[in-house]
Amino acid sequence: MKLTRRDTLALGLGGIALAALPGAAAAEGTVEDLTNAFTGGAEIGTGGITLTAPEIAENGNTVPIAVSAPGAASIMLLASGNPTPAVCTVNFGPAAGSQSVSTRIRLAKTQDVVALAKMADGSVVQASATIKVTIGGCGG
Amino acid sequence: MISRRDFLQATVAASALWGASGVGNWSRLAAQQVLTQDKLLEFDDYGNVTLIHITDIHAQLKPVWFREPEINLGVGAAKGQPPHVTGADFLKMFNIATGTPEAYALTYEDFVALAQTYGRMGGLDRCATVINAIRAARPDALLLDGGDTWQGSLTAHRTNGQDMVNVMNALKPDAMTSHWEFTLGIDRVTEIVETLPFPFLGANIFDAEWDEPAYDPYKMFEVGGATVAVIGQAFPYLPIANPKWMFPNLSFGVREERMAEVVQEVRDAGADLVVVLSHNGFDVDRKMAAQVEGIDVILTGHTHDALPEPVLVGKTILIASGSNGKFISRVDLDVQNGQMMGFRHKLIPIFSDVIAPDAEVTALIETERAPFKADLEEVLGTTDSLLYRRGNFNGTWDDLICNALIDEHEADIALSPGFRWGPSLLPGENITREDLMNATAMSYPAAYKTEMTGEMLHTVLEDVADNLFNPDPYYQQGGDMVRVGGMGYRIDITRPQGERITEMTMLKSGEKVDPAKSYTVAGWASVNEGTEGPAIWDLVESWIRKQGSVTVDPNTSVQVVGA
Repeated sequence: MKLTRRDTLALGLGGIALAALPGAAAAEGTVEDLTNAFTGGAEIGTGGITLTAPEIAENGNTVPIAVSAPGAASIMLLASGNPTPAVCTVNFGPAAGSQSVSTRIRLAKTQDVVALAKMADGSVVQASATIKVTIGGCGG
Repeated sequence: MISRRDFLQATVAASALWGASGVGNWSRLAAQQVLTQDKLLEFDDYGNVTLIHITDIHAQLKPVWFREPEINLGVGAAKGQPPHVTGADFLKMFNIATGTPEAYALTYEDFVALAQTYGRMGGLDRCATVINAIRAARPDALLLDGGDTWQGSLTAHRTNGQDMVNVMNALKPDAMTSHWEFTLGIDRVTEIVETLPFPFLGANIFDAEWDEPAYDPYKMFEVGGATVAVIGQAFPYLPIANPKWMFPNLSFGVREERMAEVVQEVRDAGADLVVVLSHNGFDVDRKMAAQVEGIDVILTGHTHDALPEPVLVGKTILIASGSNGKFISRVDLDVQNGQMMGFRHKLIPIFSDVIAPDAEVTALIETERAPFKADLEEVLGTTDSLLYRRGNFNGTWDDLICNALIDEHEADIALSPGFRWGPSLLPGENITREDLMNATAMSYPAAYKTEMTGEMLHTVLEDVADNLFNPDPYYQQGGDMVRVGGMGYRIDITRPQGERITEMTMLKSGEKVDPAKSYTVAGWASVNEGTEGPAIWDLVESWIRKQGSVTVDPNTSVQVVGA
């Protein structure tokens, strides 16, 4: 069995998203810093944003995530438990057919993934999901 | 999370409102002390649609002993709710007297004595008799197989599942879903699925690269003037709980939104009744029933629970039909104008000495077993102890396997996975190779030997404990706790991951496990590709032969808190 300490921690060395998305702007900073910068002080509401993610990651190195927020001007995605939480920020121009983004991200460990959407009027909504990164192997 | 309201609704179905269940008949049987095939099959036909459910057979063609769990703890909203009720509490909840056939079939107490009284259960030739009798009354009844069918015996292992495919085909299922099937490897699964005369359903199985559906999500049937949609839901955590390198291009998951979409799709296509043939596990199904609108019946699987009455969640009924061929559920439904108006249900126990085997299927089973007869029957030793596996923390079969691993690999600690398959053996019985393979047969059997630090061992135990005791069912994988030999621990099931496991102690020396120290650990069934070691059955066979007669001491090494 190759279940070593190194394997369990290997994911912890990882950084942020691989995908270069249109308008992606990965910033340094904590979840709080990034959230404050994104909201500009606006209060954070709920509803109008859907985050689709697996409950348990099948492969922590590439976890499919989708965010949809009809009417959003931009969407920011954060992996709160990664060494660098910023995943991406996507801006939608007026010609965008839909305001949704999907990508695959690397997760260091079990954590909450947070999606924020800024609407045209400056209001901000948020959704989050806990994604478990597990050793696995004993179900059944 | 399940809301308080869902929680209150998710109690045992109120038969006065919704229809009669089988438990009343069972109690009468018990009072009369009469057990006949006619009584076991007795059923007043009801409504216009009949479903026959069998699941988690784990390749058991022949009747078996199967001791139900003594410990089966529920957490969060499921605490104290069926199926997390065992022994005397179970008998009380379902109004079953001790010492009766149904007490023997459904609980663990006094198992050895009752087994000798009532005999083995299951056998697919007996199941065939029951299925044929139901079809005689209801020719268009749907037979639905919940999966975990092609794995779990010597013959299934040696034939890559072909023996089970051949025998099940004779029973003529209308659909199946899956879990352990995929541990035959994707090429073999594809090869079999191409030959199946019925659909292999999985709405939640996707191509991992393109995120597109990989199998048929559902099939529509015309039954009794109603359109019945059967949606398949495979085990959601296959690539995590089993080796994903065996089916590298597939992705699974609960995919609740997908289920909601498919339910809507079949309703739009004219379904009067929506049935989910599920391998989610009971608690996951209970949550899914509360979250997804429009499912009438969930035929549950994976967690091997047998319940004599349906559990009602909102307007959805959940049926739990046990494992290893011990039970078949019959559900009659009255479906009118796109609505389920009521149901009648019976969990039929397959008492192998009472239900006559179907001669045709008996002959087929013997044909499948004939090439392996000598291997199956070879006696390896005898057991002085009752050998069983089911239970959240330990079972004597795994204690035996852990003892063998420690001795044969000269290890400090042994780990055996918390599988729920594997029938029982009574004290005084021979252990044949067939018995050993029934407890171990699978496609990644290497018995490894490795070094782990105390900290790593703690991480492993915490990880598995969260698969079992996370209060949100969608994070549960449905196995039992990994069995540990050579080491004891304390577990508080109410704590979050990382805080449940304490007081890890080496049993031999009484010393606390040192997080920084390295220990020699032996185990089997690693999900990692390239794991090296002898097959677990060869290692255990060698150990049993040296012992001659095997005794398993009572296991008191796990202290459970918060139950």
